[in-house]
Amino acid sequence: MQTTSDDVTEYVTVLIGGQLFGLPISRVQDVFMPDRLTRVPLSHPDIAGVLNLRGRIVTAIDMRIRLGIPREKDAKPAMAVGIESRGESYGLLIDSVGEVLKLSPDSREKNPINLDVRWARVSAGVHRLDGQLMVILDVDSVLAMGGEQLAA
Amino acid sequence: MDDLLREFLTETNESLDVVDVELVRFEQDPNNAAILGNIFRLVHTIKGTCGFLGLPRLEALAHAAETLMGKYRDGSPVTEQGVTMILQTIDRLKEILGDLEGAGAEPEGEDGDLISQLEEMSMAADTAPAAAPVAQKAPPPVAAPEPAVERTLRPGEVSLDELERAFRETEAEVAVAPLPEVAAPSVVPEAPKVEAKKPAARPAKAVAAGGDDEIEGVKGQQTLRVNVDTLEQLMTMVSELVLTRNQLLEIVRRHEDSEFKVPLQRLSNVTAELQDGVMKTRMQPIGNAWQKLPRIVRDLGNELGKQIDLDMHGAETELDRQVLDLIKDPLTHMVRNSADHGLEGTEQRRLAGKPEKGTIKLSAYHEGGHIVIAISDDGRGLNTDRIKKKILEQNLATEAELEKMTEAQIHKYIFAPGFSTAAAVTSVSGRGVGMDVVRTNIDQIGGTIDLKSVPGEGTTVTIKIPLTLAIVSALIVESAGDRFAVPQLSVIELVRAQQNSEHRIERIKDTPVLRLRNKLLPLVHLRQLLGIAGGEPLDETAGFIVVTQVGSQTFGIVVDQVFHTEEIVVKPMSSKLRHITMFSGTTILGDGSVIMIIDPNGIASAIGTDVSTEASEKEADSRRGNERQLISMLVFRAGSREQKAVPLSLVTRLEEVAVDKIEQAHGRHLVQYRGALMPLVSVSGFMELRSEGSQPLLVFSDSGRSMGLVVDEIVDIVEDALNIEVSADVPGLLGSAVIKGQATEILDIGHYLPLAFEDWFKRKEMRIEALTRKLLFVDDSPFFRNMLTPVLKAAGYDVVTAAGGSEGLDILKGGDRFDVVVSDIEMPEMNGFEFAEAMRSDKRFATTPVIALSSLTNPAAIERARVAGFHDYVAKFDRQGLIAALKETSNEIAQAA
Repeated sequence: MQTTSDDVTEYVTVLIGGQLFGLPISRVQDVFMPDRLTRVPLSHPDIAGVLNLRGRIVTAIDMRIRLGIPREKDAKPAMAVGIESRGESYGLLIDSVGEVLKLSPDSREKNPINLDVRWARVSAGVHRLDGQLMVILDVDSVLAMGGEQLAA
Repeated sequence: MDDLLREFLTETNESLDVVDVELVRFEQDPNNAAILGNIFRLVHTIKGTCGFLGLPRLEALAHAAETLMGKYRDGSPVTEQGVTMILQTIDRLKEILGDLEGAGAEPEGEDGDLISQLEEMSMAADTAPAAAPVAQKAPPPVAAPEPAVERTLRPGEVSLDELERAFRETEAEVAVAPLPEVAAPSVVPEAPKVEAKKPAARPAKAVAAGGDDEIEGVKGQQTLRVNVDTLEQLMTMVSELVLTRNQLLEIVRRHEDSEFKVPLQRLSNVTAELQDGVMKTRMQPIGNAWQKLPRIVRDLGNELGKQIDLDMHGAETELDRQVLDLIKDPLTHMVRNSADHGLEGTEQRRLAGKPEKGTIKLSAYHEGGHIVIAISDDGRGLNTDRIKKKILEQNLATEAELEKMTEAQIHKYIFAPGFSTAAAVTSVSGRGVGMDVVRTNIDQIGGTIDLKSVPGEGTTVTIKIPLTLAIVSALIVESAGDRFAVPQLSVIELVRAQQNSEHRIERIKDTPVLRLRNKLLPLVHLRQLLGIAGGEPLDETAGFIVVTQVGSQTFGIVVDQVFHTEEIVVKPMSSKLRHITMFSGTTILGDGSVIMIIDPNGIASAIGTDVSTEASEKEADSRRGNERQLISMLVFRAGSREQKAVPLSLVTRLEEVAVDKIEQAHGRHLVQYRGALMPLVSVSGFMELRSEGSQPLLVFSDSGRSMGLVVDEIVDIVEDALNIEVSADVPGLLGSAVIKGQATEILDIGHYLPLAFEDWFKRKEMRIEALTRKLLFVDDSPFFRNMLTPVLKAAGYDVVTAAGGSEGLDILKGGDRFDVVVSDIEMPEMNGFEFAEAMRSDKRFATTPVIALSSLTNPAAIERARVAGFHDYVAKFDRQGLIAALKETSNEIAQAA
């Protein structure tokens, strides 16, 4: 994650429900348009479905549901961020992708204690940017949900 | 490591494996010159090659072993010790080879021990009648440490070993004559040996030509060693090719007159053949997995003092190497088990009137797309009493439960983790790791395992596994607008049901059935089973029925559409989805979309309509009794199409309020209810209220506070056995269960209460701060722990939970003082009665009140509880009763104090 000597971390920024989030760039495999999502009956509500990304099967996680942000009427998730964990591919469904930011730890703060639990669970802190705040998404926490025990 | 050495290693390892097997055969049949000739030849080749490559340790060992075998070949009586010695030598050779493979050079070490023993035996063998050239046998010790001499032969000279090898490998007799002449001057003493070999080599060759195709096969066939990774890679590419082909077929299907049709047909055929061919390269005879067994059985027999015959049938049966690898260890383990536990000692067998020699029989054959492997022994059979005792000892089931089980059901416990009935732990088995691992491995590859045991006659374990895991033929179906793949293997036939036709779906109460050839076939609607909605509305009487067979169970899966069959490449499911038993994997279809592969096993166990013996056994397997108790559940829908349910006992009222009565304050929805404001909570977190009319609510009340859970519709109240598959970490959800054949989510009300009142739990604790009492709640079912903990907390208790009697005792002994203990009765390991008795026997907790919580409410159980020391006895779903009982005990304590 650390790219230069003074501990600057690069984040891929994404928008989910109007809020800016940042994912450590080292965890992001690719960004793609989710196409032909197949829903999986009986799966965890956060799982939007599975899709085929160049021959790989990707499990898509709807970040809006994961964060408890109501879906806008008929608004399909426009983009997905591809990540890998333990040899499996996941896609986080988001609204849009922004630029890559290099941020130093100076502007980073812990989660405010009154943060919504659903957010606090998947957030690794907050960066104070000019004019807005960027919530750092902890990729592993995002993926930590139902089915883990059974798989182990 | 150079190629030469690498090749030598592979070849030698293989030869040694053959020698292993052959030696065991030879020991049983010492007069078979063919076997001996074969062994001799192999060892000799090893020795020769070692000399050539400059591996003195290996060569010396091989030489010493060869010398002893030479004696046997010359007619000395074969002794067991002799064979054991040679086997040990083979082991040492393997060890050295292993190091060689790792380090690229022969490891340092001394083999004098083995060599001198081998020599001693050779000497001893010499005294036997047939030992002709006694004097010449002295040289071996000299020859052994002196491979260097042979290595430093001048150019053009050939070592004797090389010559011997050349001599044997050259089939022509002509070549033999001049060779000894060349060799003779350099190593005179050994010359007679060469002479002696001539007559012996011939019969060996004759046999090789006759029947020993193993040897002949290696030589005669053109084979090529291919790296396994290369094959795997090839397989992956073929999988991709199959997918692409499917994709093209899909496109052409849409265009009637396509010029691509013919070439594509050709491509399709070629792909199919290629796929076939590549699959074949992955196929290996199951005998490869058996190869080590004769040796293992022999060693075991010696160690245990038993005489064991290993009988193998169908070793040529082929299966995918991926599958083969996975069953190798389980097979070995089961054979060990048979030898160790199954077969009796010689004495016992004689007493039982059986032949002294026990037999372990291994057989394999194809059946449909499966391979069936049976391991049977003619031993004593499983000891049901001992298994029962063990089950009780390990608290896997209660005595009462055991009473109801059949022998076969009890036997199945040997597959439980950590289960071993061996009275003594031997070096062979009895460590209690094994049969559960066997079962796990078999389960993993979609196989089934079955056990039959007849006391005094033996045990048979039958394993049925799919031939390959990679590509399967599947039927593509549609249900509620989604497509699914059903593995063709389990599909028997397709039936189209229509109103007014011969085949139509009928109903018995709510259960759909189909008359099929004078039999009733239970049906299940896939969309209901999966809890999905969409597409065409459900037609009650029509649809396509996929008649499916799983084991002895036959049922029909009703779908909306049946498309075609397709060769699909099975891709494993994401770990996030693996808990869904209805699916076995995912696949990519020709059109590029991903679909789920239905697991007929999962569906069979979910509908459970046809209570076949298999199903009931499975149910008995599920260890917990109380999960099978009938529970009244309120089934409703909220937020999504999936059914949801809560135990009826937790719901205070069902209400409908007019939508315009719902108000908003501080971003929350509230409704005036019985003179107070009641907060409304939704299941999904987003409030989706009806726009008009009235809104159904489930009201949960406690101590004057109420919360309304917004639901879309109340479906039913059902009494059903609740078998929750607890899914982890899903907030607000305890898990899913199949209720009346439909997947249903079970809500965790404990999650919603604090959403309505953030201080729902805190409030009480504050109010009765001085009175806050610590309560220990012991229940093995996570469902009840989750369900009742909020209730108890709401009643003002500081609740600590324990998942079992022994855990409860540990917590008590941990030093925390508890004011009251609530315990379930039916628990594995330590049941509630034992738990209470254990508490009573400890002075520290003797006076702590204990309340029993049980679904057994007959007078006998209540009396038993009283004797065990329970203060009160409350039925499991009587929430009010529990609170009352708690209040009463605390009053008693207050009075006593």
